[in-house]
Amino acid sequence: MAIETSDIYKLAAHHRFQWEKAQDCYVILFPEGMVKLNGGAGEVLNLVNGELNVELITNTLIKKFPDAPDIAKDIVGMIELALDKAWIEKIN
Amino acid sequence: MNDKNNGVSASTTSTQPLWLLAEITYRCPLQCAFCYNPTDYDKHTQNELDTDSWIKVLRQARELGALQLGISGGEPLLRPDIETIVEEANQLGYYSNLITSGAGMNEKRIDALKEGGLDHIQLSMHDITEEINNFITNTKTFKLKQKVAAMIKDRGYPMVLNVVIHRYNIDHIKEILEMAEGLGADYIELANTQYYGWSLVNRDQLMPKKEQVEHALKVTNEFRERVGNKMKVFFVVPDYFDDRPKKCMNGWGEVFMIVTANGDVLPCHSARVIPNLVFPNVNDLSLKGAWYDSPAFNRFRGDDWMKEPCRSCSEKENDLGGCRCQALLLTGDAESADPVCTKSPNRHVIDQAIKDSQNPGVEAKPIMFRTTENSKKIAEGDEKDRLAKFHATP
Repeated sequence: MAIETSDIYKLAAHHRFQWEKAQDCYVILFPEGMVKLNGGAGEVLNLVNGELNVELITNTLIKKFPDAPDIAKDIVGMIELALDKAWIEKIN
Repeated sequence: MNDKNNGVSASTTSTQPLWLLAEITYRCPLQCAFCYNPTDYDKHTQNELDTDSWIKVLRQARELGALQLGISGGEPLLRPDIETIVEEANQLGYYSNLITSGAGMNEKRIDALKEGGLDHIQLSMHDITEEINNFITNTKTFKLKQKVAAMIKDRGYPMVLNVVIHRYNIDHIKEILEMAEGLGADYIELANTQYYGWSLVNRDQLMPKKEQVEHALKVTNEFRERVGNKMKVFFVVPDYFDDRPKKCMNGWGEVFMIVTANGDVLPCHSARVIPNLVFPNVNDLSLKGAWYDSPAFNRFRGDDWMKEPCRSCSEKENDLGGCRCQALLLTGDAESADPVCTKSPNRHVIDQAIKDSQNPGVEAKPIMFRTTENSKKIAEGDEKDRLAKFHATP
């Protein structure tokens, strides 16, 4: 499924997203599993909150990380992966 | 990974116990023939940790980085303090899971658990038929499980079903999956029996044929294709029919920490079968000390402990030599390769076990159900003949 800039996503049901001090990263928790998210992946999913669309998420992260090259492509890639793994779901 | 670890003294491991399994009581009203609990569980039913000790355990493990909490047993609902423990777990930020047979669940308790922040309930189911359910658990629990499944769904918990697979239900997998779908399950684990504890005692009576396992996997894959993401299906492959061992517990002391009813801290459920290993207890040592510094947790970390053929094996990182308990129980040497591996000089013990399970004379022996009486019989050596081929009491 192609990701559109107007798409809005939220965390899938029964999933929890939280910052973990001991691991120094964001994690997603769900029945029988968990995923540690490396820096960039965690930053993207932290903004997948059922309110911001992909364009706004991208703009926010470009502002936050102005030196990161090709960030828009990485963001879409991360959202695609999260969708494929059913960690997030589309709401619009 | 842990190449600085010399295997016996303080570890320089960088691992964290991400999963904490609290085996909170070994008491259980069910008597399942495939239970992996130790056959001497009876001696651990008199000295269970109290509520305050469990709260201390939860806090210490959380500080070490534990995130996933399984509250297991025995039947955890036999303890009246599960609600208190769940509430503490929630406040600490665990993703908590109650692993239950359903016995002891009622409307009042499931509401209190929801209120306390329990994230999910994993319910064991046994078959689509009342007959097999009641036979393998040696209790009349079929209707109870259907009722509890409905309660779980009604309260909005994710529905996670666990079905232990053995020769009596393996040919019903398609129907079991359809039943799970009908109940609205989000996840189902088809856990082919692993042979530890009571299931090892009953191995000849439980093991299915290879063709049955292959058929079960085929049916499972067809079901997966049909339902897609709607329901996740885990199929735990039975290692005896494989030619490489499982990466047991994802490595000894790598991600799992188990605290037993009496406070022993273990890297895997059945580690206490290994002789000459002294496991730390939460009454004497902090979980931090247990995880990082105890000789028991460092004993099989990494690969420095390995013998041949594992030591020079190009595949050793894939499975870390398999299961230490299985190696001990079936070969008498916890440092040897898991005999499931076809490179192991002991693979014949697995092939013999497969043959025995299809020998009408051997398989006709009665099942020993998980009861206090049978636990005492085994402890007193009454079942010597049956256990003679194992190198420790499972």
